[in-house]
Amino acid sequence: MIISLAKRKKIKMTLLYCLLIPFLVFFMFPLYWMFITSFKTNVEIASLKGIPLIIQSKPTLAHYKMILFKTRFLIWFKNSFVIAGLVTVLTMVISILAAYAISRLKFFGSRYFSVGVFYTYLVPPALLFIPFYKVVGELGLLNTKWCLLLLYPTLTVPFCTWLLIGYFATIPRSLEDAAFVDGATYTQMLWKVFLPVAAPGIIAATMFAFTLSWHQFLYPLAYIYSEEEMMLTTGVYSALIRGDVYFWGELMGGALLASIPVVVLFAFLMDYYIAGLTKGAIK
Amino acid sequence: MNTIGSTINRRPPHTLLSRLRSGRLAGYWMILPLFVLLIGLVAYPFVYSIYISFENKAETNFVGLENYKRLLDYSTFWLVVGNSFRFTFIAVFFKATLGILLALILNNLPLGGQRFWRGVCLIPWVMPLSMSCLAWWWIFDPTHSALNWVLVQLGFTPKPWLSTPFWARFSTILTDIWYGTPFFMIMYLAGLKSIPESLYEAAQIDGAHALQCFRYVTLPMLSKLIAITMMFSTITTFSNFDIVMILTRGGPRYTTHLLGTYAFNIGIEGYHLPLGSAIALFLFPVLAITAFFVLRNIARGEE
Repeated sequence: MIISLAKRKKIKMTLLYCLLIPFLVFFMFPLYWMFITSFKTNVEIASLKGIPLIIQSKPTLAHYKMILFKTRFLIWFKNSFVIAGLVTVLTMVISILAAYAISRLKFFGSRYFSVGVFYTYLVPPALLFIPFYKVVGELGLLNTKWCLLLLYPTLTVPFCTWLLIGYFATIPRSLEDAAFVDGATYTQMLWKVFLPVAAPGIIAATMFAFTLSWHQFLYPLAYIYSEEEMMLTTGVYSALIRGDVYFWGELMGGALLASIPVVVLFAFLMDYYIAGLTKGAIK
Repeated sequence: MNTIGSTINRRPPHTLLSRLRSGRLAGYWMILPLFVLLIGLVAYPFVYSIYISFENKAETNFVGLENYKRLLDYSTFWLVVGNSFRFTFIAVFFKATLGILLALILNNLPLGGQRFWRGVCLIPWVMPLSMSCLAWWWIFDPTHSALNWVLVQLGFTPKPWLSTPFWARFSTILTDIWYGTPFFMIMYLAGLKSIPESLYEAAQIDGAHALQCFRYVTLPMLSKLIAITMMFSTITTFSNFDIVMILTRGGPRYTTHLLGTYAFNIGIEGYHLPLGSAIALFLFPVLAITAFFVLRNIARGEE
């Protein structure tokens, strides 16, 4: 066969993109469907005429106005933000300290700790939500958002610690030794040498702590009933579904708005996120 | 190992503070918050859940293994166990297959495009699952939705996506494949990058074509990563909650309930915490066995 190399490359690329397109359609369709539904009028959503895949009549902002001003959406947003933010700070403090100790200071039991961290990292919310119901109840935190401050770290801390143990292990020890030789104290070494070098891993862990908290659905669904205290995920789910009438426009708009913060975060810090995801799982 | 750092560490005067700061004791202080968390909020609740599962509905008396016995006699429970395994096996299989296919496609794209499309393909994984499930719920709507509209345009009959056992199972599994495939893709893509180019060159010199390269170079080099990724996914898929809770709430007639959603249904919605606790504990053996194998695989990699 006499096909020039350039031509062959072109054929290969076309073929690859043809294979990629079905995946892209599959992956992006729900997002697209949310987007167009949220701008359709109720009449159009309910209508059985025409093509549902596009907005046919004049797009409307009515659903967004309704979400933002007639529901407690902004309160849920604030709740999610406050809880995810506080959990992230708490997680990073606990995880950095623990990961440093496990990967650097060889003390009795440090090896068992890393195994323990790994096992708890694999504990899913579905396993422990019933005893947590009792624990949260006994602490008098049922139906308040503050119970999540206690529960989310059980998901974020093991994951972030595991990720950071793996990350810290890749940082050469000689770096710290050099700092000590230069007369740095322990604290100086940590703040001025170790943490800056570990920054990519710490950024990834921070992102994971935030997104994991933002995503959670089971815990807030099980323990929080009043709309004032709800998280975004459960607020959109419980409060916008009323009886048999589905407010699809509001529901899709709300779901889209609830997804945007983490997707934007991801768009900006994608490389850290991906490196963390693959490292966190493999090693 | 006697590194310079550790010898210098021991040099400061032996005041209590310096002792706490350096060496062994510092390690214990630094790990204390984690330790408290793991004991207080993971180990204790776990033991507590076993304790609860031995109580009666009102949580006033111990009934021993009564809740477990009741479950084992209960055909709905076995239906749910079957659902969980079916859901997990089918979903993990397709996620792994589509994941490797997608990773291979992306890996062959030029670097610029690859970076961009990799990011786009990861969006289902980055979005909050509960929120994308709401979109899927609306996509599966029988009369107003896009999916049946497309089917009708293509000459098929519309499908009852969420209201018959077969299609409801199909829909929940499809949603999980949508959500989980990106995770496999990203893991495999990282794996593909770590295979040295020289192996492919050697294979090509030996006259191997693309498919043989995949079969005899790519697959063996990725086998461990494939196994680890599938085990990770098995754990998250088996304990999935959001998808079934939002799409079907376990219906029609319990045919899509998974252990997690069933435990929620009985324990939280049905106010029978002990029985719910017993159901959730059935997740444990599968999770523990899988986790054990993951750890063994990872540990082997370190040697």
